[in-house]
Amino acid sequence: MAKRSIIPFGPQHPVLPEPIHLDLVLEDEVVVEAIPNIGFVHRGLEKLVKTRGYKQYVYVAERVCGICSFGHGMGYCESVERVMGIDIPRRAKYLRTMWMELSRIHSHLLWLGLLADALGFESLFMQSWRLREKILDIFDATTGGRIIFSVNQIGGVLKDVDRSMLQEIDKTITELEQELTPITNTFLEDALVNNRLRGLGVLTKEQAYTAGAVGPMLRASGVDYDSRETGYAAYNELNFGPIIAIEGDSYARTKVRLAEILQSFEILHELISKIPEGEIAVPVKGNPKGECFVRIEQPRGEAIYYTKGNGTKYLDRFRLRTPTTSNIPPMLDLLKGCQLGDVPLLILTIDPCISCTER
Amino acid sequence: MDRLKKSPWMLHYDASSCNGCDIEVLACTMPRFDIERFGIINTGNPFHADILLITGGVNAQSAQVVKQIYSQMPNPKVVVAVGICACTGGVFKDCYNILGGIDTVIPVDVYVPGCAARPQSIIDGVLKAVDILEKKKEAQTHE
Repeated sequence: MAKRSIIPFGPQHPVLPEPIHLDLVLEDEVVVEAIPNIGFVHRGLEKLVKTRGYKQYVYVAERVCGICSFGHGMGYCESVERVMGIDIPRRAKYLRTMWMELSRIHSHLLWLGLLADALGFESLFMQSWRLREKILDIFDATTGGRIIFSVNQIGGVLKDVDRSMLQEIDKTITELEQELTPITNTFLEDALVNNRLRGLGVLTKEQAYTAGAVGPMLRASGVDYDSRETGYAAYNELNFGPIIAIEGDSYARTKVRLAEILQSFEILHELISKIPEGEIAVPVKGNPKGECFVRIEQPRGEAIYYTKGNGTKYLDRFRLRTPTTSNIPPMLDLLKGCQLGDVPLLILTIDPCISCTER
Repeated sequence: MDRLKKSPWMLHYDASSCNGCDIEVLACTMPRFDIERFGIINTGNPFHADILLITGGVNAQSAQVVKQIYSQMPNPKVVVAVGICACTGGVFKDCYNILGGIDTVIPVDVYVPGCAARPQSIIDGVLKAVDILEKKKEAQTHE
């Protein structure tokens, strides 16, 4: 038997924008076990519900994570609204869906850039992030913020988007679709990218399902599941279906995310043509009493929000299960048996968001 | 600042932020904001770095890492606290696991407020840090 050695990976590592620590147990170059150690970005913000009113807490919920910021705000608002039995205006639902899908595009483009960086393909990294800036410009124009834009409130949204702005968004997205084509082709057909990604880190359908993978990670292994189909916000009025791939390797995960960007473009075109006129928020009176679970499909997968109110201004409990938390056990399965040099790439293919995981 | 005498390299670490500021730090290195036009590049190695950009309020676990990274950097060095969490603790100030701003652990030279700090203000902060770096270097040579 080869001699075993342990290599520490992280928390400060060039490939990771966020800190996570792994102890990699190696036999020569092959990883036999990976032991995660988290807690570097734990803040304990779930407990802030005790000292922040339920309306104020929207701003804290949006700061769970800077990438899926809008989604977390929306998930929290949806859960409080369901506890209180508030039916928000249809226009507000459509606007939330619009920002959510824009967030998905921005998150996936960000991930594609980081993947290219991990491959050492710097120009592709720059090109992906260049396209992402266009989405951030839309956020900036419609809400005033680039990444954390606090546009949700209990009972609806804070800002309206007028017709001319919507047409402008439609135009920008059409341009983006054309500009994305060469990037898509490079990711899917370039020999360098293909050699690194194909067959790397295969997660079978059974493995993905039993380890509890979510989001693109689950769908890339051939499981037909997308929690947008549960029909929150305006998703029940829009046409889409889960995007799946059967290979289960890193290439399939890239392919699924690229296809999801294109799907989000389609959803946005449909949404802009269908968006109804009307109010954007309803007045909210009283305090939440009761409890509720809400599932939201974030860019990284399914997130679960649990809210329990006791009839006062302060909630009893707010709990959040984020997609990366569920994706870490399948990631540890992937790392077993891989080469040391592939470790950064494999960690990236699950699209880890550590600040979501640790909150 | 007329001319830079040196190409300062920066190192970025997420102490315990929501990663909003982290992706803005990365956006600074992209073609649109292009911090590289000042000769500044993003490195992953503390031993190569002159400027340390830290985001997020520190917690008990990350405080050790921040101290270690700071001690590994060669002198002279400057620290930029990016985002309101790194300055004071921000929205997470009352959380049980947040010690406060970065200055509770290591000395900070430039504070960049904002939630999330915009790339323009991050670049402004980094350039101020470059000036401070020059001054520290002069002080060091006179000693």
